[in-house]
Amino acid sequence: MSAPFPHRHLLGIEPLTAEHIVSVLDTAEAMREVLGRPIKKVPTLRGRSVVNLFYEASTRTRSSFEMAERVLSADSLSIATATSSVQKGETLLDTAKNLEAMNPDMIIMRHGSSGAPHFLARHCRAAIVNAGDGFHEHPTQALLDALTLRQKKGRLEGLKVAIVGDVLHSRVARSNALLLTKVGAKPVLCGPPPLLPVGVEQYAPATTRLDEAIEGADAIMMLRLQRERMSGAFLPSTREYHELYGLTVERVKKAKPDVVILHPGPMNRGVEIASEVADGPYSVILDQVTNGVAVRMAVLYLLLGGSGGEA
Amino acid sequence: MTPPRGFRERLCLMDAARLDRTLSRMAAEICERHPDTARLLLVGVHTRGVPLAQRLAARLPVRPVVGSLDITLYRDDLTTIAPHPLTRGTAIPVAIDGRVVIVVDDVLFTGRTVRAALDELVDFGRPARIELAVLCDRGHRELPIRADYVGETVSTARDEIVEVRLSDEDGEDSVWLLEPAPVPAVTPPPPPPVERRPAAKAVPARKAAKPAAQRARVAARRKPAPRRKR
Amino acid sequence: MSERLLLRGGRVIDPARGVDGAFDVMIEHGRVAELGPKLPPRGAAVRDVTGCLVAPGFIDIHVHLREPGREDKETIATGTRAAARGGFTAVCAMPNTTPVNDSAAVTRFVMDRAREARSVRVYPIGAITKGSLGEELAEYADMQKEGAVAVSDDGRPVGSALVFRRALEYAKGLGLVVIDHCEDPTLSHGCCMNEGPVATRLGLRGAPAVSESVIVERDIALAELTGGAVHIAHLSTAAAVDAVRRGKARGVRVTAEATPHHLLLTDELVREREYDTSTKMNPPLRNERDRLAVLAGLKDGTIDCIATDHAPHTVDDKRVEYDQAAFGIVGLETAVPLMIDRVVNAGHLKLGQLVERMSTAPARVLGLPGGRLAPGDVADVTVVDLKRRARVDPEAFASKSRNTPFGGLELVGWPRLTLVGGRVVFDATESAAG
Repeated sequence: MSAPFPHRHLLGIEPLTAEHIVSVLDTAEAMREVLGRPIKKVPTLRGRSVVNLFYEASTRTRSSFEMAERVLSADSLSIATATSSVQKGETLLDTAKNLEAMNPDMIIMRHGSSGAPHFLARHCRAAIVNAGDGFHEHPTQALLDALTLRQKKGRLEGLKVAIVGDVLHSRVARSNALLLTKVGAKPVLCGPPPLLPVGVEQYAPATTRLDEAIEGADAIMMLRLQRERMSGAFLPSTREYHELYGLTVERVKKAKPDVVILHPGPMNRGVEIASEVADGPYSVILDQVTNGVAVRMAVLYLLLGGSGGEA
Repeated sequence: MTPPRGFRERLCLMDAARLDRTLSRMAAEICERHPDTARLLLVGVHTRGVPLAQRLAARLPVRPVVGSLDITLYRDDLTTIAPHPLTRGTAIPVAIDGRVVIVVDDVLFTGRTVRAALDELVDFGRPARIELAVLCDRGHRELPIRADYVGETVSTARDEIVEVRLSDEDGEDSVWLLEPAPVPAVTPPPPPPVERRPAAKAVPARKAAKPAAQRARVAARRKPAPRRKR
Repeated sequence: MSERLLLRGGRVIDPARGVDGAFDVMIEHGRVAELGPKLPPRGAAVRDVTGCLVAPGFIDIHVHLREPGREDKETIATGTRAAARGGFTAVCAMPNTTPVNDSAAVTRFVMDRAREARSVRVYPIGAITKGSLGEELAEYADMQKEGAVAVSDDGRPVGSALVFRRALEYAKGLGLVVIDHCEDPTLSHGCCMNEGPVATRLGLRGAPAVSESVIVERDIALAELTGGAVHIAHLSTAAAVDAVRRGKARGVRVTAEATPHHLLLTDELVREREYDTSTKMNPPLRNERDRLAVLAGLKDGTIDCIATDHAPHTVDDKRVEYDQAAFGIVGLETAVPLMIDRVVNAGHLKLGQLVERMSTAPARVLGLPGGRLAPGDVADVTVVDLKRRARVDPEAFASKSRNTPFGGLELVGWPRLTLVGGRVVFDATESAAG
C-alpha cells in the first residue's frame, strides 16, 4: 500500500516531493474512472464542508473545483469577491474569521496577492488549497497538466517541456516548472527578456529564443499573455509578440512529431497561439478540463479523506 | 510474507492444495446455481478479491467477465484513517444492468466492506441480482450481510486476523489465522503461549482489538466444509 | 531625585575624546561633573554599573513617532519611552505625519509634545517640500526656529532633480542637512520586496537595488554641484554604499546611515517566514551581497551612523496580505542589543566604533548637541549591560506597536540605564522589578 499523503494544506508544488506528486496523479487517475460512470457521484466526503473563496474571477478553476466537490459528495459553498475586499470593507483576516465560525473542513482560495493562502493557513483550522495566488503558485493547474502529459506520453521523466510566454506574471509557469523538475522532466522557460523574472534559472533553463525552446520538445505549454502587459512597457505590441513568440504551425514543426500543446486558458488566439495550432491535432485542452476535475478530486480526497492529514 | 506488526501465525487454515480444492468447489456451486456462466459478472474487491474472482472465473465452464472494485471512496471510516493515495481503482468493464453480479472477497468479517461494495455497485446500474462469494467467513458481523458462497467458515476471536495469501500478490497460496503477538519480552523469548497475554499495542485500526476478556474461546474449531458435491 | 549621581564601575567609552576605560562618572545638576577611577561618592546616589558600557547618549536620527495623525500607531509619549527603553537619549522625528511637518506650527507642536512627555530629546525634522509632495520648498527657516534640525521628505524621494537641487542650495544657507529617502518610484512602483530570485519564487514584485542607487548617485552629484550637505537615509545596497564611498572620496558633503535590519537580515527571511509581513519594509531587505556591503560600509566609515527607521504600525496594517501590508518595522527597542550581540560580539565592529556610530556620528551628521561625555557636558548617558541575556519580547515594548521580525530572538547586551540631562528616563532594574 502506498504511503499516506502527509500534507495538511496544498499551498504550492514547492513542498511536495516527487513521490507525493505521483500519489496525487495516481489518485486522480482513479478519480477519472468515477467521472466515467453513469452515476458520477461517490459518497466519500459526505458531510464534509468546503468553501470556495475566489477573490479573482475564474470560471474555469472554480467550476472545476465545484464539480470535484459534488462528485465526492462534499457540501460546498462558493464565495466570489470581485476585488480584494481590503479597500472596501472586510479584511482577509475578518473573512477568515467569519469562515472559521462556519467550521469548514477545507477552504479553496484564489487570490490576487501572493501568499494569501499562507495567511489563511495561519489563521484558520481548515485545510487550505491554493487555487492560484498572485504570481506565486497554482498547484492544481500544474498537477492537471502533469496528469495530461503523463496520459499522452506514458511518463513524465525525461520529457522536454517548453513553457512559453509571460513567465514573470505566471503562477502556472512557476508551479509547472517546479513540478516537472521534481519528477525528472526537463522544462525550458521561454519568453521576451522583460517577461522573464530575475533568477528564473532557479526553476529551469531559460531562453529568449522560441525556436530553441521548442526544438525537440515533447510538449509545449503556452502561457496566456495578459493584454494589460502592453501598458506596463513590457512589450510594444501584441502583433510583434506574436511575431516573436506566437506558436504557429511552422514553429510547431520544430518540436517532436507527437508534440502535445497545453494552454491553461483562456487563450488569446492570434497572440500567443495561432488558431490553427489551438484547434490542431496536438491540442489536449479538453483532456485538461477532465483531468482538472480528477486532480481536484484527488486533492480533496487526499487532504480531507483522513482526519486532516498529520494528526 | 510476514504477518502484520504485532501479530503472529497461529494456525494454517488452508494450504495451497486445500485452497485450490475450495475454489473449485465454490466454482461448482456457482455453476450449479447459474448454468449460463457467460452471463455472470464477477467483481473482485481489491486487493485479494480480484485474483480470487479471476481464479473462480477460470474454473467456470464459460469464463465470465471479471471486474474489480476499489471501495475506498465508499468507506464509512474515512474520517478516522489517514488518506492513502488511490492506486488500484475500480473497473467494471460491462454494463451491469440486468446481470447477475457476484461480488468476490477473501474474508467476510464485519460486513462493512461488502456494504461499501454494494453501494458502489449500484452506482453502476441496476443488476438483476447481487450475490456474495467469500473464501473465508470468520464471523463477527456488524451488518446484516451473509455470503452465498463460502469457502470455509472459521470461528475466530475478534482480535485475530484471517490472512489470505495468494501467489499473485504474496508469493504463496495459503490462509492463516493470526493472533496478537505477546508483548516482546526483554530477555529470553517467551515460551509458546499456553495462556494468552494481553494484546500487543500495535493493532491496526482496521481490525481493531477488543479487550482480551471479550475474546472468544481459543480453539479454532473449523466446521467441516460443507461438501455438497464432489 | 538626587541632584548628584555616581555611576560606578562601568566601562566608559567616549570616542569623541578617545576615552575607553574603567571610570566612574559623577553627574551633578544634569551635567557630567567628573570622570575618573574610583571617585568618592560625596553624598551622591551611587549606581553600580559594573560590567556595563557607559557611553554618551545614543541618538537615533531616523524615527517615525506618528504624532500628529496616527496616534493609534505611536505617540510622541510612547515613542520617546520606547527610545529611552532602547537606550537612546535623543531621536529625530521624521515629518511624514498627518499633517506633514512642513510648517513651524507642526514643528512647535512636536516640540511641545516632546517636552510634555519628559522622556528623551526629540529633534523634529522638517519636510523638504510642502506636504512632502516634491513640488514647492517648505519654510525651512521657520521650522528651524522652532527646533527643526534637518529636512527630509522621508517615506518618499524628491522626484524632481531640480527641486532637490534647490532644497540643497536653500538648506545650505541655513546650515541644514537634507536627508533623502533614495528610491526611484518608477522602478519600484508596486513592489513589496527586493528584486531577486526570492521575490521571483514568492511571486512578489521586487524593487531592484538600482532603484535606490540611481537616486543616491543623483543626490551626490547634486550635493557636489551645490556644495550642500546630503544625508542618505537607510542605505541598503552595495551600489549605494559604493556611490557614497566614491562621493566622500571626492570630498562631497555626503553622509549615510544604515539600519540594524539591513545589517542583519536578507530577503531570504521573507521566504523563511512565509510572507510574514514583519519582513516588509522600505527599502526592502536585500540580498546577502548587499548586506555584507552595508556591513563593510559601516566598518570603514562610509556609513556614518546607525539609525533604526523605527516605523510603528498597528496590527491591522500588518495582518493582511503581504503586498497590501504597511512598510516598516519598529526598531528603537531592539537596535542596541542587536548591534551589540550580532555586530560587536560577532566581531564586525569594536564596541568603541559602535558608540561612535550610535552617538558621536549621529550628533556630528546633523550638528546636534551630545555625542560626547566630557566634564561640563549635558549628562545624556546610555548605560548598557553587556552581559544581560534576554529574548526580544514585543509584548513588553513601550512602543504602541509590535511589528518586529526579531520577536523571540535571544540577545546579549541590553540597555540598563538611560539618562537625559542627568535624569533617569529608563532604568532596567526598576522595570524588571515592576
